[in-house]
Amino acid sequence: MKQVSRRTVLKGTAAAMAISAFAGPALAQGIEELVIAYNVNLPSWDPTVGPSAVNPTIQGIYQSVFDQFILQQPDLSPAPGLLTEWGWNDDKTKVMMKVREGVTWHDGSPFTAEDVAWSLTRAADEKTGNPIQFIWSTLGNIKAEGNMVTADVTRFEPTIFKWMYFLTGYVLPKAYYEKVGADGFEAAPIGTGPYMVDKFERNAFVRLKANPNYWGGKPEFESVTIKFVTDSASRVAEIESGNAHVTLEMPYEEYDRLKGGNGIMGTAAPISDIGMIFLNDIDVMLDPNVRKAAAMSIDKKLIIDRLLSGYGVPIDTLQTPEYIAYDSSIKVPYDPEKAKKLLGASGYSPENPVKFKIQTTRGFKPKDYEIIQAIAGLWRKIGIEAEIEVYEIAKHYELRAADQLAPAAFYNWGNSVGDPTTSTGFAMFGPSPHSVWDGQDLIDMIGPLWGEADEDKRIAGWKDVDRYIAENALVIPLLQYVQPILHIEGVKVTPHASGSLLPHLMTRAK
Amino acid sequence: MLLRATLLRLATMSVTLVGAAVVVFFVIRVVPGNPIAMMLPPGATEDDIARLTAHYGLDKSIIEQFGIWLGGVFRGDFGTSISLRQPVMPLVLGRLPATLELAIFALVIAVVIGGALALTGVRYRATRTETAIDVANGVGLSIPDFLWALILIVLFGVLMPVFHISGRISPSLDLPFVTQFYVFESILRLRFDLWWDLLKHMFMPALALAIPLAAIISQLLKQSLKETMHLDYVTLSRTKGYGENHVIISEALPNAVLPTLTLIGVQFTFLIGGTVIIERLFSYEGLGNMAIDAVINRDLPLIQGIVIVFALLFTVINLVVDMTYALLNPRLRHA
Repeated sequence: MKQVSRRTVLKGTAAAMAISAFAGPALAQGIEELVIAYNVNLPSWDPTVGPSAVNPTIQGIYQSVFDQFILQQPDLSPAPGLLTEWGWNDDKTKVMMKVREGVTWHDGSPFTAEDVAWSLTRAADEKTGNPIQFIWSTLGNIKAEGNMVTADVTRFEPTIFKWMYFLTGYVLPKAYYEKVGADGFEAAPIGTGPYMVDKFERNAFVRLKANPNYWGGKPEFESVTIKFVTDSASRVAEIESGNAHVTLEMPYEEYDRLKGGNGIMGTAAPISDIGMIFLNDIDVMLDPNVRKAAAMSIDKKLIIDRLLSGYGVPIDTLQTPEYIAYDSSIKVPYDPEKAKKLLGASGYSPENPVKFKIQTTRGFKPKDYEIIQAIAGLWRKIGIEAEIEVYEIAKHYELRAADQLAPAAFYNWGNSVGDPTTSTGFAMFGPSPHSVWDGQDLIDMIGPLWGEADEDKRIAGWKDVDRYIAENALVIPLLQYVQPILHIEGVKVTPHASGSLLPHLMTRAK
Repeated sequence: MLLRATLLRLATMSVTLVGAAVVVFFVIRVVPGNPIAMMLPPGATEDDIARLTAHYGLDKSIIEQFGIWLGGVFRGDFGTSISLRQPVMPLVLGRLPATLELAIFALVIAVVIGGALALTGVRYRATRTETAIDVANGVGLSIPDFLWALILIVLFGVLMPVFHISGRISPSLDLPFVTQFYVFESILRLRFDLWWDLLKHMFMPALALAIPLAAIISQLLKQSLKETMHLDYVTLSRTKGYGENHVIISEALPNAVLPTLTLIGVQFTFLIGGTVIIERLFSYEGLGNMAIDAVINRDLPLIQGIVIVFALLFTVINLVVDMTYALLNPRLRHA
């Protein structure tokens, strides 16, 4: 039998390392075609209808091809896009929008105010199946004249312009869409965005080519291939092997292992997603001592450090620092001793714990189940015995819509528009199908804010609501997520706080 | 006799398919998860939920929904995918060839490796070679295919990046395909550049699927061969002076292979089932990958369509296996 010598093993290892080094991502300098290993599939090309229109993880692909009415910058703030000016009249009964001139669609035809008016009208039409129709229908009688679009306010919605850079807020080509129909558009979509669709294989990849006429300037990479690699281990392997130049959403341990070595760099920035625990005002959650004790006995920093390798920002309200209504003075201190006293006042102790169920997903967000396990451990020390129930995210949606969540339920809430209505508002306003807290006091506080026309008053009102929620522990905010992105050192990636990975924000590293 | 048995099997197949249709329809409606709730963002009202629910016909009773769906099935209409907003059957049939090509390639690899190991094991029985093959079979069986996938990704995707980690074909290549059978068509068109690229994409997922099956084939075939080697007619061949290789391949193998053929048929259906996870890991654009997306999105019409096609595939494979077995085994043919 042939013996394998130490020399042979060393030779083999050296050969493998040489091959690896040759094919590895160090060959970044001359990238002709940028390859991104993306974490989701793209089911449909129409960004205004169907389930994919409200899937936040897909918006980055849409924004590469289509422009939104208003541009959202990486820090979530708005900027002129296809609309250069926008606003209400004095009594807020009309909206006016000025449309950018000199823009062309990917087929070379001119973009006009008609396209904006048609897109808004279509979005508001029930029959098109826009999932946000209830927002767009607050505008009516939409008209285009010259480069101006006007509309009547049928119901005042203070966030209407924010939705113009949020879900389904895209401008589609009126003439082209009417000519080719929905199927034709699906087969050959065009927009005004920085990239044009070159080739699309469903479930596999989309190849984009730079729009030379893009009003914001031609993007740096002439060609971009977005491969749909839904498994995180495969995405890591894609960048490690040099098959992809950029990838995102991998376990933090893998991120730490790979960044800074073998020509791979890392970017980890906070995004607009938060982890929180819904409290349902049933059973023991009607007792404020239990709620407050549960909130102040969670060491959020410890959980982030131990379970998320330090990647996360502890939060005490449903606003993150990037949101417009963030109030840094709202704090819920970590104080297990006080929590014990509060429980004691209600007759509970570690020997006689208060018992309730907490629901969580497992694997939907990084370490979601482990976070809840850790929290249950911290609670056990002060006299809370939580029974953990694992469910699928679809079940969470169903239970929440029916107001049947357990007394506590972990969830991930995304709010890339950064407005308090789409964070605190829908999460905590009892009549909303997304809220399970039904207390009348909170309903009375939030109710008047929906239609508040004075912006300063509106934001101040939401800050008061957040303070009231924190003081009474009506929900337990935990952390703001950090999005890990790995890229080769030849590429500079600008992260977007919405969590969208945008190829046109990528450049060659100087 | 064979004709009667075939007709009987076809009747059984129909019942199986109807049973699968009924079970899948009702089960996926009992499983938690409301596709409409998943579609709507914060801010949706009860009216919005009701509007979309009615739009997708989910406001009707389950029996009514089943009736509508079954009526459509008989007209060849399996409904429209909620997530992809396209008719279900073209979507499913469009992805089926990719999965079939992967499964067939995996089967070929498994048969080649398993067969070679079995023949070698018998040729060198009671030596260290046979022991090594037994150990290899044990390792092949004890590690599940998805773990093999990860091992192969690290080995041939990262450390020695010879094969592609994800996808079915490189985005930069032109696709002159008319059918979805890319491998078959690239050979017909003499486009060996495409064929080679396809192979580099397909090799790792196929090998991951093939390794456990190869181990099973190797074990069973080796056992059958060893038993056959003791039979009188084999001994007679030896006494006639034939060499050991001739005795094993020409005399023992034809008889020993029958149980293995049955096993391959049965295992092929498992292999197709295994593509679901493997396709996901390698982002291979087949039916399995689509099935996972459909389940995640609670896309009820698409799940139903995929299950029906899988069920049809399984029953057809079983039928083919039974008929092949009957044709190869004269005792069954005349039974």
